[in-house]
Amino acid sequence: MTEVLNVGLAALILGLAVWTIVAREAPAAVAGFIVYGLLLTLVWLQLQGIDVALTEAAIGGGLTGVLLISAAVRLRSTESTARAQRPSASTRWLAAALSAAVTGALATCVLALPEPAPTLAPEVLANIAVTEVGNPITAVLLAFRAMDTLLEAIVLLFVLIGVWSLAPDRAWGGRPGLLQQADPNGMLDYVARVLPPIGIVAGIYIFWIGADYPGGKFQGATLLAAMWLLVMMAGLADAPPISRRWLRWLLVAGPLAFIAVGVVGAVMAGAFLAYPQGYAKSLILVIEFALMPTLTVVLGLMLLGAPQRGESP
Amino acid sequence: MAEFLVGAAAFILAMVALGLLRILRGPGDADRIMAAQLLGTGGIAAVLLLGAATGEAATVDVALTLALLAAFAAFAFVKAKLAQTPGESRTADGP
Amino acid sequence: MSLFLDLWTVVAVVAGAFFFFAGTVGLLRFPDSLTRLHALSKADNLGLGLVVLGLLPQVDSVAAGLKIVGIWLLVLLSGATAAQWIARTLRHSGPGP
Repeated sequence: MTEVLNVGLAALILGLAVWTIVAREAPAAVAGFIVYGLLLTLVWLQLQGIDVALTEAAIGGGLTGVLLISAAVRLRSTESTARAQRPSASTRWLAAALSAAVTGALATCVLALPEPAPTLAPEVLANIAVTEVGNPITAVLLAFRAMDTLLEAIVLLFVLIGVWSLAPDRAWGGRPGLLQQADPNGMLDYVARVLPPIGIVAGIYIFWIGADYPGGKFQGATLLAAMWLLVMMAGLADAPPISRRWLRWLLVAGPLAFIAVGVVGAVMAGAFLAYPQGYAKSLILVIEFALMPTLTVVLGLMLLGAPQRGESP
Repeated sequence: MAEFLVGAAAFILAMVALGLLRILRGPGDADRIMAAQLLGTGGIAAVLLLGAATGEAATVDVALTLALLAAFAAFAFVKAKLAQTPGESRTADGP
Repeated sequence: MSLFLDLWTVVAVVAGAFFFFAGTVGLLRFPDSLTRLHALSKADNLGLGLVVLGLLPQVDSVAAGLKIVGIWLLVLLSGATAAQWIARTLRHSGPGP
């Protein structure tokens, strides 16, 4: 029965992927893409990657979907010109053939791996006691490969600067997004008052249990960012101007704390981002607490887009 | 029991696949949003069933995340659709 | 006792799956958007609710049981409000084909 489920999932995903590319209208393709993210979550569950399933559900399903919807709405007026400029059929067939070839090569490589596949998982599990966390994924992300996580956090900041750079000159430093009308009798107003408390508790919960069970700061931050965006969508709070000092401090606080911990490690344990014996858990907690607000604000601002209004409301 | 739960998950997944047809055909954006909502609920049910089948307790957290983000995405979608007909959200309908 | 619990799970999950089936059929076959919305909310409430009810004997702690009931309530909340909102939009623009 599990085999039936897996084969069904695989067929569904392939079909949906093809359809998302072929769909004529952007909103339909976006809806297909969101379902694709949901199906991928199920795939990760079947592969026993609960942390990845959590991240896929949060980012792939919710956040990326909303990002694409906003993009589709903004591009609505240009769709006819875009369709007129589509590359010729032969170019598209060539692209499809090349994509299929790359997929086939990847599949062959994966299937050709020796059984059991080479992996570092046993070494991680052998050394995990030193890091004082129970979840091997968290141990890898924040202890064994902490450098990668630091660089990823900094890359996110660069992405945000890239998004901001799309602002028109007159709006630089201003508030992103359009002003939303608050409608006190509306449905969105009701949901934006009832859902965020639940979402915030859930986000902090998933962040906290990431130490020993699947979860972590990235998934938690996504939930918090989603709740923040919901409140802004309903017009209950306005987007902050990007020139505000507190906003910019929040953004750099995470990576700065991370680098500070790394320097502490260099001084006390001999290497950048090494953890002195016995302090691993506390240092990891410092990093996580500092990165959580940064990630939340980064994800929220990325979805809001470039500033479009001046600083005053 | 585990086999039965996986089978139920597979059945609900088949329903999700059928619901996709509505996304494909849906004569309006509203129908697509509705189909996406059904798929979200079906997905949550499938995740819960698979979690119970494997005995992995953390799967419930995946379902929780899906529920919250499906709500968020649904409202973002409806809001985006309303953005093309301004004035709708400002009408206070009835008592 | 364990047999009774297993029976409960099977019956409730099958009933839940049936409501998902009914909801999907409704979504595909009903004539216009408003009736399809009606079918959708049946699947949301009853389909997921019965599945959650059926899984309650299978979870290993009270906390986990409360969590899955909480998930169902969350889906109810967002489903109900989204349905209201979609219905309002359809009333303004017409139910469509």
